[in-house]
Amino acid sequence: MMELNTQKMEDFQGKYKYLMVFVGLAFLLIFIRLWSLQVIKGSELRHLSENNRIRLIENPADRGMLFDCKGRVLAHNRPSFEVYLVPEDAKANPEVLVKVAEMLNITRDEIEEKIQAQKRRAPFRPVKIKSDIDWNKLALLESNRVFLPGLIVDVRPRRAYDYGDLASHLIGYLGEVDENELRQSKEVPYRMGALIGKYGVEYQWENDLRGVDGGRQIEVDALGREIRPLGVVGPFPGNNLFLTIDADLQKTAEEAYKDKNGALIAMDPKTGRLLAMVSKPSFEPFAKNISPEAWKALVENPFHPLTNKGIQGQYPAGSVFKIITAIAGLESGTITPNTSFPCEGAFHYGNRDFRCWKEGGHGRIGLHRAIAESCDIYFYQLGLRLGPDLIARYAHEFGLGKATGILLPHEKAGIVPSSSWKKKRFGTWYSGETLSFAVGQGYLLTTPLQLLMLISGVANGGKLYLPQVVEKIEDINGNTIEEYPPIESGRANVSQKTLQIIQEALKGAVNDPHGTGSGCLLKEVKVAGKTGTAQVVTLPDDFKRGEMKRIPLRLRDHAWFVAYAPFEDPKISVVVLVEHGGFGATAAAPIARKVIEKYLNLKPPLPSKTPEKESDLEYAD
Amino acid sequence: MQIDRRLFIHFDWVLLGIVLVIASIGILNLYSATAMIEMAGIPYYLKQIFWLLIGLAVMVTIAFVEYRYYSDVAYIVYGVALFLLIVVLVYGIMTSGAQRWVRIGPFSFQPSEFVKISFILALAKFFHRPPDRKGYSLKELLLPFLLLVLPMVLILKQPDLGTAIILLLVFFSILIFVKIRWFSLLTIGLTGAAAVPLLWSLLKGYQKKRIITFFNPDLDPLGAGYHLIQSKIAVGSGGIIGKGFLKGTQSKLGFLPEQQTDFIFSALGEEWGLIGSLLVIGLYMAFILWGLRIAVQAKDRFSAILAFGVVAMLFWHVFINIGMVLGMMPVVGIPLPLLSYGGSFIVSTLIGVGLLLNASMRRYLF
Repeated sequence: MMELNTQKMEDFQGKYKYLMVFVGLAFLLIFIRLWSLQVIKGSELRHLSENNRIRLIENPADRGMLFDCKGRVLAHNRPSFEVYLVPEDAKANPEVLVKVAEMLNITRDEIEEKIQAQKRRAPFRPVKIKSDIDWNKLALLESNRVFLPGLIVDVRPRRAYDYGDLASHLIGYLGEVDENELRQSKEVPYRMGALIGKYGVEYQWENDLRGVDGGRQIEVDALGREIRPLGVVGPFPGNNLFLTIDADLQKTAEEAYKDKNGALIAMDPKTGRLLAMVSKPSFEPFAKNISPEAWKALVENPFHPLTNKGIQGQYPAGSVFKIITAIAGLESGTITPNTSFPCEGAFHYGNRDFRCWKEGGHGRIGLHRAIAESCDIYFYQLGLRLGPDLIARYAHEFGLGKATGILLPHEKAGIVPSSSWKKKRFGTWYSGETLSFAVGQGYLLTTPLQLLMLISGVANGGKLYLPQVVEKIEDINGNTIEEYPPIESGRANVSQKTLQIIQEALKGAVNDPHGTGSGCLLKEVKVAGKTGTAQVVTLPDDFKRGEMKRIPLRLRDHAWFVAYAPFEDPKISVVVLVEHGGFGATAAAPIARKVIEKYLNLKPPLPSKTPEKESDLEYAD
Repeated sequence: MQIDRRLFIHFDWVLLGIVLVIASIGILNLYSATAMIEMAGIPYYLKQIFWLLIGLAVMVTIAFVEYRYYSDVAYIVYGVALFLLIVVLVYGIMTSGAQRWVRIGPFSFQPSEFVKISFILALAKFFHRPPDRKGYSLKELLLPFLLLVLPMVLILKQPDLGTAIILLLVFFSILIFVKIRWFSLLTIGLTGAAAVPLLWSLLKGYQKKRIITFFNPDLDPLGAGYHLIQSKIAVGSGGIIGKGFLKGTQSKLGFLPEQQTDFIFSALGEEWGLIGSLLVIGLYMAFILWGLRIAVQAKDRFSAILAFGVVAMLFWHVFINIGMVLGMMPVVGIPLPLLSYGGSFIVSTLIGVGLLLNASMRRYLF
């Protein structure tokens, strides 16, 4: 056995101090690092560890339903069956993809593509293979479930509009939430791919309709396999909306249009509630992103199916505007009901002939007949005496030139020109322009809703109500969340006497022997109304309006008709616009008649007895 | 052999106490960390208890044999260990890309674990002859170098970067402890620095990747950086008081790699928080400082160097392992003494403790 060597042991002892310090420093380093991880970054890393293990399986809320004023369901949610595949589970058996593809009527490659597209997903995350499969496919899949590991069929609510394209512009549509909307929804964020109201009521009342999405929290392991459920939240369905429109009336109105284009709005003049809102052509409401081709077709359609023309379309008011000119004349004392002007079929002003629609003229004509028979030359002369600014003042009294404030997106304000308005844009107002303005042409632009406000205001003794489309909001249990009572949004500063004169004249337009609105004549009730024609292009002076049918459709005039009934106690007011329809009298008035008949529950006259008088009134304005 | 009564009087109960406390915490922690692992057969913590008992028996035996005998057989033991390393390369069992195990009957063990002890033994034997006044010269260090290089090459071949690094660090620690010439130290340092590119080229792809991702774990969050990120999340999410016994989610749900071996400290940090981590780290510090005291108070050069070698080995294991778990160091497979699961490792650790006890209780003898 070797001898113990105890030489130079002091070499070791001399290093003891330094070694202790070294060990101490090393452990201090570890301590500092621990402190930084567990104390300073503790809560942040705790959060990360929770993210690691907790997955949220979304369970979208049922969107609130839409009802009409009689409680008919306009929009609801039907179950849609969505097929998912968990690739990790399905890969065990290559037959699965083949079988699923066969049952869903798609190719195997399509499935592979969808899985490939989500390459970066977490493991065991299901991949959506097909949405909204029908019952037959569902039955097929379910009965073969045992042989299809990794297959998941999930039920999701899907927006359904049982009336098809009925009131599609009012109801609107949904689409996938875009980046902008994602950024703006900070308080209650949308998840990627969620559907959001994009147009119409679906857009305007999005916050009430969407509800609160629920979800199931599950704990997963590092491979993403579910370990145990942690909790279930919601979903809480959205609130139900009761619209003011009547689906039956809406249907009547839409059918009355046949294949014509344009807009119709009916309103209860004493509350401002809309009874029908039509814009033609309509579109099939789509509650999902439609194909790019279909979207392009809609956007590029020359008749603008995606525009709610009742509030977004701006047109010259045509002869409907004569109501304003007349009111301005009476209120300013420029005329009395007995003032008369001569009409010889043309009015020479400057170096131009301004024509009346009626060839040969009306002869000497007073205010009542001038309105009822829509004499242009009467209003040319009245307009010249008033000047543009006085006319504009009364147009503003009835809300023209500014948005009505209806709760629907993209409402347009229209234009009411005046001398100062023109000065700002183009220069001096020429008095010849006053002539056009007085009969609702020229720079003047109105939306159908604004003209409806005008006629309702006249019917209502000057009172203007805010047009509304929603009556109340209820939660899922039927408790009222919010009500929308009628709101008087303004009062035209016009004397009752003036309004009575106008009302009588409007009654005459429909009921008098030579009235231009006789297309809306009803036996049971007295209707008051006014026709109008909005020029699309300025026609040559020698153009005979009777030849309108010979020019291309897109250049033909728009036809207007505004009306209210019953005359004594107005319950409904209507505006009808028929794009490129020619004369208001022939194209628009019969549509208004059908709507009024329907709403006042009158028996529709037999079609053969009351032809639409197209021949008689071929060129009445 | 007759056992001196004085041995019992001088037995180092403090060291044994520290070791037993750490080992008990280790069993408890292992029980929790592996509670969710479904495994056929005996659970990890029971196997660990079994190996702990074997190890304690070996430790006591090692402690009571006079260390002068070890000095006599040091080079022979070293030779046997080297031979086993060759055996493992030829007949070893492959597990996850490395050939580290030899099977003897029902047991398999890792010769590289025992190489660490035999290497320390051989160095103690060599350095027990004191140098001249200026310290060991380069020429004198030639043999110790050979003692290092032979096992290192064989271990790197398995490949087992962790153990190779431990050998290297223990070697330099002992060089510092014994006196070597300043010139020798400088030369070794410069040569070592020059050898870094060479060593880098010897590394396997995954080893290089681990080192690269250590410096930038976000480079590959789902690949090699994953271990580092998940380990930091586990420890940090424990906060100050921890998630509680059996309540760690990172370890239970499989987000931690190797949670029963190299990353056992993350499980501890997650469930016991800063308080538990500091307790365990304090115990390790006491363990190492106590061992250091044994080394400098030893009776003779051989036992002093032997004890110091063991302490150095333990220190580097603890420091590198915890440093790695906390994301301060690259991921290298170096387990945590008495906490990580592993039969060979716990036995070799306890052999080291046996040697420390041996040196400690004989410092008043002879």
